[in-house]
Amino acid sequence: MTDSAVESYVAAFDELTSNGSAPSWVQSMRRAAFERFAALGFPTTKNEDWHYTSTSPIADQEFVLLDSASGDVRREELAPFMFGASGWYTMVFVNGRFAPELSDCGKLPKGVKLRDLASAWTAAPEVVDRVGKLASYDVHAFTALNAAFMHDGAVVQIANGVEIDQPIHLLFVTDANAAKGMMHPRNLIMVGANAKATVIESYVSTSEAMYFTNAVTEVSLADGATLRHYKMQREGSRAFHVSTTEANQARDSHYVSFSFAIGGSLTRSNVYTTLDGEGGGATLNGLFMLDGEQHSDHQTQIVHAKPNCFSRELYKGILDDRSHGVFNGKVYVHPIAQKTDGKQTNKTLLLSDTEHVDTKPQLEIFADDVKCTHGATIGQIDQTALFYLKSRGVNESLARRLLTYAFAADVLETIEVDAIRLDLERMTLQRFV
Amino acid sequence: MSLLEIKDLQARVGDKPILNGLSLTVDRGEIHAVMGPNGSGKSTLAQVLAGNPAYEVTGGSVTYDGNDLLEMDPEVRAQSGIFLAFQYPVEIPGVSNAYFLRAAYNEIRKARGEEEIDPLEFADLMDEKLAMVDMHADMLSRSVNSGFSGGEKKRNEILQMAVLEPRLAILDETDSGLDIDALRVVADGVNKLRRKDNATIVVTHYQRLLNYIVPDYVHVLANGRILKSGGKDLALELEDKGYDWVTSGSPVGAGAARVGA
Repeated sequence: MTDSAVESYVAAFDELTSNGSAPSWVQSMRRAAFERFAALGFPTTKNEDWHYTSTSPIADQEFVLLDSASGDVRREELAPFMFGASGWYTMVFVNGRFAPELSDCGKLPKGVKLRDLASAWTAAPEVVDRVGKLASYDVHAFTALNAAFMHDGAVVQIANGVEIDQPIHLLFVTDANAAKGMMHPRNLIMVGANAKATVIESYVSTSEAMYFTNAVTEVSLADGATLRHYKMQREGSRAFHVSTTEANQARDSHYVSFSFAIGGSLTRSNVYTTLDGEGGGATLNGLFMLDGEQHSDHQTQIVHAKPNCFSRELYKGILDDRSHGVFNGKVYVHPIAQKTDGKQTNKTLLLSDTEHVDTKPQLEIFADDVKCTHGATIGQIDQTALFYLKSRGVNESLARRLLTYAFAADVLETIEVDAIRLDLERMTLQRFV
Repeated sequence: MSLLEIKDLQARVGDKPILNGLSLTVDRGEIHAVMGPNGSGKSTLAQVLAGNPAYEVTGGSVTYDGNDLLEMDPEVRAQSGIFLAFQYPVEIPGVSNAYFLRAAYNEIRKARGEEEIDPLEFADLMDEKLAMVDMHADMLSRSVNSGFSGGEKKRNEILQMAVLEPRLAILDETDSGLDIDALRVVADGVNKLRRKDNATIVVTHYQRLLNYIVPDYVHVLANGRILKSGGKDLALELEDKGYDWVTSGSPVGAGAARVGA
């Protein structure tokens, strides 16, 4: 960590806090978070959590804070990122700011509230009071950086017992105006007792600009709640992307996360959940596909804090060219979390022989009556299967794409929203042409 | 011009020579049975004809329909009408049979200069072909061979053959692991697909399959060469006397596999 890296953020921070319209409690949180970020600095590879990923490409850049509306995105430009679905409740953010004219969240079912953070600060202080409660800025530098610069995002509230009929799509899009800019979206997703919802969080770009997204999403699930949370990282090819999701799960709740990542040049995804009530379950799945010089790091953390919970984790990576993939899956089982049932699997498919993968399962178990397994494999295209397909007339390129798709098929099958699954299947088939 | 002319074919896996000068000529409309004990090179012959890169051809020639077969990539061989029914069909979890079959069918149609078939037309075609091998339409939505029983896998091979309509089909130990009912279904399928202008090579260890798929010629393979050739009665004679009868005696008709021509 270099002081100059932090120094470059000081001016942007002073500007934000001097003319901001945010309430005073936000301003004081920003100040405290910025101080913490300055103290922590950008993590280096000496930091165990960042051992395989150097943040210096991000630290070495100077980014301009995109805190006012700057984008020029037309509705039809969003079509490729909408999964061909209609009837979804969509909040669109352009270059970090809510764009109501592009959003479709007027007619919401009873018990569902969607707000943008910048207006919720004044309109619903009791809600946004929960900002920072789950994602603490004390520990992680990027979360601190986000808290220092947060200015917009989505606030999703599902009341007790409400089962929402259609997915909610939070679509963060950047355009060419985002060049050299940074965004720090902060989202809150609150799912009430026995409520059920699907939220898609997309990060996409209509340009090849270089920019930095640093998102934090805080998720709370009350007793018996179910949330299916799909994160689609399809940033522009020169983008930097760090995102952190921190979930807290009450009794009998189920959090299902799917993290899909194909974009960006240097990306890091953190998905953390705490099973904080008995009988809950966490399912964290992911698929990342990289080529060229892409670097994509995926860290998950499941904390079993109460007994009788289960966790399932399946992350798959497909790597080509000189790309670098990282998976680090942590599972902590507290002493009281007896009867924990945990399973973690990480599989990587290497399509050439110049890519690089680091995989690190980390199980820390302090209870004695638990069932926890983990496994990691790294492999290449099966030559026997390749020959079998070719012997049926299928050409080399299609045969390889089919086998690549086949590798990802089981994790794609876990996607319960048909429109997303079909689109991701198509993307998987077409990714490595 | 014969459909297939194999001359003095030599091939190895790694450093191990397996085919040591095998010659065989197959004409359109014919069924040839290639029999032999374990390790005689039967499966290697089948794999080499289909173009498996794990086998290295070290000598000899193979002419298919006037072209140098050994110069063709496996997919081009398939597109030109060669089909190998695998002894051990490969499981491909995640790719549905329907997708696989339609992709293969369309690749072969494209190679023939024909239009790709749309999914609806393909479904009609599949109904007909499924009936031929006594399979349920459910198998189309299952992954290729994944979790299939031995019999289902072999039937799936014949289904693919029925869809792709090859000009030269090579059945590698298609009878192994089949009970008598499955054997009959598979053999019926092969017989229904028989035409004047296509040919079949049946590779088998046992005579049993040849009760159902009646060959025009039977060849006995040992040590990578054809030691003896004859008509369909040769298979019965082998069943009666065992392979030792051929392999322990002096080679008969070695290198000249064609009889009755």
